[in-house]
Amino acid sequence: MFLGRVVGTVWATKKDHKLEGLKFQIVKKVDQELNLKPDFAIAVDSVGAGAGELVLCAAGSSARMTPITQDKPVDTVIMAIVDQVDFDQP
Amino acid sequence: MNIAKVIGRVWATQKLPDLEGLKFLVLQPMEGTGEAPVGDFIVAADSQQAGPGDVVFYVTSKEASFPFERKYTALDAAIVGHVDRIDT
Repeated sequence: MFLGRVVGTVWATKKDHKLEGLKFQIVKKVDQELNLKPDFAIAVDSVGAGAGELVLCAAGSSARMTPITQDKPVDTVIMAIVDQVDFDQP
Repeated sequence: MNIAKVIGRVWATQKLPDLEGLKFLVLQPMEGTGEAPVGDFIVAADSQQAGPGDVVFYVTSKEASFPFERKYTALDAAIVGHVDRIDT
């Protein structure tokens, strides 16, 4: 999975009907110091993450393994809200 | 699969119900001999009780959910073994 921070939300009324009712969050990846990196993804939120929260995202077909994204055209999902990240001292 | 070193841990209480009880570890992917880091860190679910500094091998994409045999396990990386030795 990748570690990222929710930095925004995408609202889209005209879309594939299977995507009705799903929330699309903009998630920017973070580095080891939790600074934002340039690359981001649009992820369906399956756990109710809020703006600014640190989250874990799963990408690829794994993203369809949640109750709300099963059999839907979704390739990235927020599947956990992060409480804490510990990096071991090298 | 790929080889990686465990370099940290992620704690997440609010998550998909079927991920309850899973441990998330931060992995630094290593190149084939397991000596040099390559690319960015990733986070993987641990099915092998790995700990800090361990060299492990991990599986990615949808297969990452197979070690856990639950229904809604949206995981794209999972540790599936410890590396004892690498002969090249």
